[in-house]
Amino acid sequence: MPEPPILDYRAAVLAALAGEMRRDPAVILLGEDVGAAGGVFLQTAGLLGEFGAERVIDTPISESGAFGIAVGAAMTGQRPVFEVMFGDFMTLVMDQLVNQAAKVHYMSAGQFSVPLVLRTAVGIGASLGPQHSQSLHAWAAHIPGLKVVMPSTPWDAKGLMAAAIRDDNPVVFFEDRMLYTRKGPVPEGELVIPIGLAEVKRPGTDVTIIALSRMVQVALDAAEALAAEGIAAEVVDPRSLLPLDLPTLVASVKKTSRAVVVDGGYRQYGVTGEIAAALTEEAFDWLDAPVLRVGAADVPIPFNRSLEALVLPDARQLAGIVAKLVRGLP
Amino acid sequence: MNEKQTAKPAIVAEPLLPAAEEAVALLKSMQLIRAFEEQVRRLFAGGLVPGLVHLCAGQEAVATGVCAVLRRSDWIASNHRGHGHCLAKGMPVDRMMAEIMGRRSGIGMGRSGSLHLFDAANGNLGTNGIVGGGIPLATGAALSAKRAGRGDVAVCFFGDGALNQGLLFEVMNMAAVWRLPVLFVCENNGYGEFTAIDDVTAGGPPTGRGAVFDIPSEAVDGMDVLAVREATLRAVARGRRGDGPSFLVCTTYRYGGHHVGDRQDYKDAEEARAWRAKDPILRLAARLQGAGVAGADRIAAWQAEAEAIVAAAAEAAKAASEPAAEDLARAVYA
Repeated sequence: MPEPPILDYRAAVLAALAGEMRRDPAVILLGEDVGAAGGVFLQTAGLLGEFGAERVIDTPISESGAFGIAVGAAMTGQRPVFEVMFGDFMTLVMDQLVNQAAKVHYMSAGQFSVPLVLRTAVGIGASLGPQHSQSLHAWAAHIPGLKVVMPSTPWDAKGLMAAAIRDDNPVVFFEDRMLYTRKGPVPEGELVIPIGLAEVKRPGTDVTIIALSRMVQVALDAAEALAAEGIAAEVVDPRSLLPLDLPTLVASVKKTSRAVVVDGGYRQYGVTGEIAAALTEEAFDWLDAPVLRVGAADVPIPFNRSLEALVLPDARQLAGIVAKLVRGLP
Repeated sequence: MNEKQTAKPAIVAEPLLPAAEEAVALLKSMQLIRAFEEQVRRLFAGGLVPGLVHLCAGQEAVATGVCAVLRRSDWIASNHRGHGHCLAKGMPVDRMMAEIMGRRSGIGMGRSGSLHLFDAANGNLGTNGIVGGGIPLATGAALSAKRAGRGDVAVCFFGDGALNQGLLFEVMNMAAVWRLPVLFVCENNGYGEFTAIDDVTAGGPPTGRGAVFDIPSEAVDGMDVLAVREATLRAVARGRRGDGPSFLVCTTYRYGGHHVGDRQDYKDAEEARAWRAKDPILRLAARLQGAGVAGADRIAAWQAEAEAIVAAAAEAAKAASEPAAEDLARAVYA
């Protein structure tokens, strides 16, 4: 088999979108600047030309109304992919997402479903300030009826976007914008990765680092540094929060007896706490140390570069945290 | 309520009575809705309707006049005061009553209740617990209808309370820009919950709020089913031929409170009497009698028939079982 071509993350998602739009005429794309402009991050470039304005729809800056229209379209035969330009703007669609999309299937006792993808770009690192840098995936993961996906590699991004579009439920798809230029192998043609399967990104025996989205690469770099110190860290990427592949995470922790959960969202009441608690419930007898949570500092994300850099640990800092856990907390 | 927000219908000739069969169907539809609401009120008083329930008695002409023009493949999205819309669009009476009473035989498996009545088979995107929540859903259905190209339209029903939701204006703008076949129907009953619309609303008649988007907007006597039907015929024809959205502001009145049990201290008795004098059922009945279509006896017999239908539905629901524990987590995901 030939080596798969190297694509960046943005191109991988775009390939999935284009592939699914070719495959199924019910797939439509809506959002601000998704058409003529090709997306503020060029993440939808070329789609308008291929699929036309009937399927690639530029919306006004009316997130709430436009997303609600996408929900109604999903209930009546379309498979909309709706783009919320910045993850922070999810706050503007919360009623349609939480009170309508997530509940329609349940409330209608299965008469209607909402096959829709909300994709949005999140994450710190671009000096975008407090209202353009948050990672609010924990909000979505709190709501029954939604699926929540956050791929870390171009390969996963392509396969999970295809799966999200084919899913009959509302799927919230978080893309960290600092991953857009990250390159990796991506198979050509159809690639569908089932939602709800974690993946061990690096095997190890001494400690499990459970990391999501952009923090997977940080964890892999940390694991590399730890290897030089004689610590074999296993890096596991859940890839989706809802559903969460808890068995894979638990199996890893039972093997290593230690775990650190790393996420780009806020630490308080966050994804890391949820996963840590679940591991404690499921694998308490195997644990040699408390499960640690590493998340974004609980502050509005500052614009200033040197302050913003303090919000999340880098690989060196994460390696330090993990090493301390393995060698025994003070 | 004073007159500021009460859109004045243009002076037009009395709407023509449609063919006898259709005119009778309009009356029967309104009688069924009224009987249904009265039945629910009694059931609520008897402790058989859990939660809160919002009745539409007095507003039957709007649901009936609009839905009479629609086909089964057209869509509606309703609101919290939605029993009339559901019945007029064809929701089975027995499954609807059972749902409101929380029975497993209900159209939502008894888990959803009055605020969340969905009926896919009849193009009903649901009543809605969020004021204005159904407006974008109907408009999304209009987007699907436009893509399908079969001339179907979508209707969203909302009250005057939703006139002050920003969502409405976002959606009206997009519906106009994209020329979607959606009909916005405001039932202005004078009150948003317990507050008179005039106390919380600036500007002139609500039709102006559609006009700013160049959406054909019409003030309609919402107590006259024939006027509602005629205005809907015009609006739906526009939608079916690809001429985009329309907006109807139907002035009507809520005989009851915001929900059953509301003491309605904010209304005065004279106001309620004046509106009851315009009762949509009595009004159409008088026209049918005047035109020699039906006499008082037949009209009374139809009323009794409607009451029997809803009473039977209530009895069946009372005998039906509640959802089982294993239904709790059913259909969370498709």
